[in-house]
Amino acid sequence: MSRQTWATTVAGMILSVASVSVHAQGSAAEGIARYREMLQDGNPAELTVARGEELWRTKRGPKNVSLEQCDLGLGAGVVKGAYAQMPRYFADADQVMDFESRAVWCMVNLQGMDRAAITKSPYSGAGQKQTDIEALAAYAVEMSRGMPVNIPQSHPKEKASFDRGRQAFYMRGGPYDFSCATCHGVNNQRIRLQDLPNISGNKQDADRAFTTWPAYRVSQGALRTMQWRLYDCFRQQRWPELVFLSPTSIDLITFLGVNANGAKMDAPAIKR
Amino acid sequence: MKKQAIFAISGLAVLAGCATYVAPTKEESIQTVKSSFKERGPAKLDRLNQTEIQAVCSDAQMTGKEVPKAQREALEKKILASIKYPADGKFLGDYKQGERIAQSGVGLQWSDNEKTVNGGNCYACHQLTEAEVSFGNIGPSLKGYGKLRGYNEATLKYTWGKIWNTHAYNLCSQMPRYGDAGILSEAQIKDVMALLLDPNSPVNK
Repeated sequence: MSRQTWATTVAGMILSVASVSVHAQGSAAEGIARYREMLQDGNPAELTVARGEELWRTKRGPKNVSLEQCDLGLGAGVVKGAYAQMPRYFADADQVMDFESRAVWCMVNLQGMDRAAITKSPYSGAGQKQTDIEALAAYAVEMSRGMPVNIPQSHPKEKASFDRGRQAFYMRGGPYDFSCATCHGVNNQRIRLQDLPNISGNKQDADRAFTTWPAYRVSQGALRTMQWRLYDCFRQQRWPELVFLSPTSIDLITFLGVNANGAKMDAPAIKR
Repeated sequence: MKKQAIFAISGLAVLAGCATYVAPTKEESIQTVKSSFKERGPAKLDRLNQTEIQAVCSDAQMTGKEVPKAQREALEKKILASIKYPADGKFLGDYKQGERIAQSGVGLQWSDNEKTVNGGNCYACHQLTEAEVSFGNIGPSLKGYGKLRGYNEATLKYTWGKIWNTHAYNLCSQMPRYGDAGILSEAQIKDVMALLLDPNSPVNK
């Protein structure tokens, strides 16, 4: 059976289980977990990872250089294990940066690209090919697979990023009065049938939330990054638009990352 | 001698200054949040100006400290007095419309537009009818709501208030203020009320 036929069959199975009765909710969740596990063998994110690696090595931009001299925190050109240790403080930029911020910084400062142009549409639309930033994130995170999350907290700006991130996580606002903690602060909660990780109070959930992004979203047929994850959460939270690479986006990623320290990276993952 | 001592002390102070981390204040953190969003569609930046209840309840959840009893009771009392009950005195609309509103999760997102009819998103957090198995559990199950509580005036009034502004009864409830925040119209709330409290509604079957 081809991967696609197979996925459709499993998805059908899950739907039929879900529609039997209320008591079937447990088995529906198990079905979804099994579905994820089986898809993991052939994750379409692999294509994006390959494109990201090629982008990383290709000479581009007005300065016609590759990103191979980009310092992701472990020294110029070291990609292996770097994603698992970001966000972190970068002295050359004098700020804390997550991977996506750093990739953009290198594209601007090493390759001479225009920041406004490359950050204008960071997320691919329906049916479009993945953006360069998405591809680079897929490649970088793949190069940290299996490595322990180790988000540094030694520089005062790294600590401040965590503290602001925590404050943002609990900040209720908007017409729904929601904060991140509304959905992600209690164990075993669901929106409809979707399980919600308890990011602030459950180590296992916090680990999974950080280590499985970026992820290939089956329902969207696209790889999505951590910046996208936060941006789309805030949309549903009924807040205005979270600006790509904004201070709060980085602070929340620091908060999520530090809460997941010690866990093993397992991305790009595959999700519903 | 004295001079040396002073020099040593000031040297220590400089060292201590480097090692001491001063956490950002709450105001600074909130200012950073406000600088990180941009308006889009119906979602304007004024949504980030917290109400008193939003601020009090954010702190309570973050610190794990409950709002002091006296403060909580005073605020709940104030909110209870602000609830607007239906002008015509009729609490119940059409439960079939109510089910549609309960199912709909759209409205007020930047991906919606001014013409989007807001839903209530009830099933995101609550169980309601037997037939709908795709329900969340952030709120309690409301299956059999009217049958269990009785179809009386007190229940009607309490339920209306709970939907209009949940904080009147539970200060830091996570439920949206459907009436107070203008998420649903009075007519829509009547329909949701009927879904919960009409004896013929599937919720009570």
